[in-house]
Amino acid sequence: MIRTPLRPLARILKAREKGEDTGAIEAENLRLRHESVRDKSRMRAEGRLLVLGGMFVLAFGTIGMRMGALAGTPAQEPQTATAGNPIIGQRADIVDRNGRILATNLDTYSLYAQPQEMVDPARIASELAKMFPDLEEEALLKSFSGARKFAWVRRQLSPEQMQAVHDLGSPGLLFGPREMRLYPNGAIAGHILGGASYGREGVSSAEVIGVAGVERKFDDYLRDPANEGEPLQLSIDLTVQAAAEEVLAGGMSLMNAKGAASVLMDVYTGEVISMVSLPDFDPNKRPQVLLTGDQTDSPLFNRAVQGVYELGSVFKIFAIAQALELGLVTPDKLIDIRGPLKWGRFSIRDFSNYGAELSTMDVIVKSSNIGTARIAMEIGAERQQDFLRSLGFMEATPIELQEGPTGRPLLPEKWSELSTMTISYGHGLSSSPLHLATGYASLLNGGTRVEPTLLRRDTPQTGPRVVSEQTSRQAREMLRQVVVRGTASFGEVEGYAVGGKTGTADKPKENGGGYYDDKVIATFASVFPANDPKYVLIVTFDEPSENSGSKPRRTAGWTAVPVAAEMIRRIAPLLGLRPQVDSSEPIGVTLTSN
Amino acid sequence: MRSILYVLAGLAVIGLSFWSYQENYKTRDTLSEVRRLNAEIGRNYQRLGMLRAEWAYLNRPDRLSDLAELNFDRLGLLPLMPDAFGRVDQIIYPLPEILPIVVPIEVNSAPVNPDEDAL
Repeated sequence: MIRTPLRPLARILKAREKGEDTGAIEAENLRLRHESVRDKSRMRAEGRLLVLGGMFVLAFGTIGMRMGALAGTPAQEPQTATAGNPIIGQRADIVDRNGRILATNLDTYSLYAQPQEMVDPARIASELAKMFPDLEEEALLKSFSGARKFAWVRRQLSPEQMQAVHDLGSPGLLFGPREMRLYPNGAIAGHILGGASYGREGVSSAEVIGVAGVERKFDDYLRDPANEGEPLQLSIDLTVQAAAEEVLAGGMSLMNAKGAASVLMDVYTGEVISMVSLPDFDPNKRPQVLLTGDQTDSPLFNRAVQGVYELGSVFKIFAIAQALELGLVTPDKLIDIRGPLKWGRFSIRDFSNYGAELSTMDVIVKSSNIGTARIAMEIGAERQQDFLRSLGFMEATPIELQEGPTGRPLLPEKWSELSTMTISYGHGLSSSPLHLATGYASLLNGGTRVEPTLLRRDTPQTGPRVVSEQTSRQAREMLRQVVVRGTASFGEVEGYAVGGKTGTADKPKENGGGYYDDKVIATFASVFPANDPKYVLIVTFDEPSENSGSKPRRTAGWTAVPVAAEMIRRIAPLLGLRPQVDSSEPIGVTLTSN
Repeated sequence: MRSILYVLAGLAVIGLSFWSYQENYKTRDTLSEVRRLNAEIGRNYQRLGMLRAEWAYLNRPDRLSDLAELNFDRLGLLPLMPDAFGRVDQIIYPLPEILPIVVPIEVNSAPVNPDEDAL
């Protein structure tokens, strides 16, 4: 660049000649130069500002466009993030303790109609009515010919039925995919599983929701996709459950009973291995709730959990065990059983006269009401309540069924001395067979509390101690003697050392006012093997009557006990229990002496 | 010198863009492959579920006990009862092995008299 000189020689010489001030020329030129420098730097600054502004416009424009694009397009999951399995969206299966399927899903199709597209609705209606006997032609025609643009025809179709509808070839009939809950074993374990039905229904899918039993209780777990189809494993053994149902159903018809229930429980883990309530139902076709009459007659009613009954003499062992624990009696101590035992205008009698005195052991073996009531009076109401509470008889069982909380025991309003006496032999307190199983398991497993559970667990429960190990062993020995020489002599099963207690309780009249003479609840609560307890089995019959003799026999010893024995004979081998056979000489042992 | 750098930088840009173009398409291919495989796994899961359900249905205890009864003549199946358990002392000791044949034995498999055989 050519710099303009501040003092151009030509002008300076000219000014000197005229005698002018040359400084003015220099000042003028300096001013011009400063102005041009200033203009140039302003231009540059303005340019920079412009670029910067442009940048800002671009940046905000980009952000704005991106936000607009995100807001304007439907949400989409990022495809590369494959967390979890996107495929398994079905309701989880329910399996038994060995992994055999109790409940699973089946893909079927639903059939719906869009009547405005139909060519000949009348023909379609008559064809469909022929194909599905449960549909009525007139109702179909009405729904096809009205102003409606959508109508469900059937919720589920089998593949054959779907093909048949295809063959009709009508344009207005459409299929939607559907999941169907299938219980492949039919009525087996029906009360435990409960059943499922549809929740919100759409054309492309429908929600399967549990309506009762474990299906309802674990609905959230079964529907949670985070489990990735991990099945729900129950403590039930399918084979044992099937065998127990077969034996109990046979026993129920032999004993002419109205209903029956059985509970088989592991004494250490509290797992319910099988739980049967008859009459039962098929969860694939869950029956309707009874609208009139007694709900307890419905097949939906789970007698083992919801049915609270006065269970009778099976309770005696609790009073005796508590007295043993408190040191009030020993198994050999003699108890005065002269009767009738009077309390106010109420008198307690025995089934028959057993003499004047019995040892504590024989009070249980002969099932003496008077003896037990006398022992209970020594225990007192307060301690009895505490003990029964510690065994779980004061509240509903924590079993994992939706119906569980409804199985609430019926307790006396005022726990008087009379209540103490009657409850000691099982009257005045109503509880479910499951309560009884829990109580027996807790008392006989060595004396620690177990909670009943329907979920498989592999470790024993370590609940609080209820009675000492010694008391537990004495109680087992007494129960064993009941079978060996007492009221439950039909309960003997070779090799399994069954111990148990019978209970025959008169049924209370529904509208109050005393008890029936000819209707009983017969119960056998058993433990096997008594010397090394593994399982507790409760068998209860509702209104049994064994009519092979000259007059009907209703006591548990004639009804519940033989059935329970048959059940043990069938299920103990299935549970892998070897019969304990007394061999004449120890195997593999050579006796020596020195 | 400078112009060589420019040329090299230009070539690098071309090369990188070509590489990223290829990577982009490879990723898309892989994603669609994953989708296809997921769909296939889903179909197989459904099939497996169906087969399991069928297996459970065919092996339901009621059906098995009916079948055992129907085929009792051939199978002789009974419910498992306590007497099915054996004891250790019921098992025999292993039989001593048969001694090897040292002296060969002449066996004439042909009939001695062909006429007799014809009768």
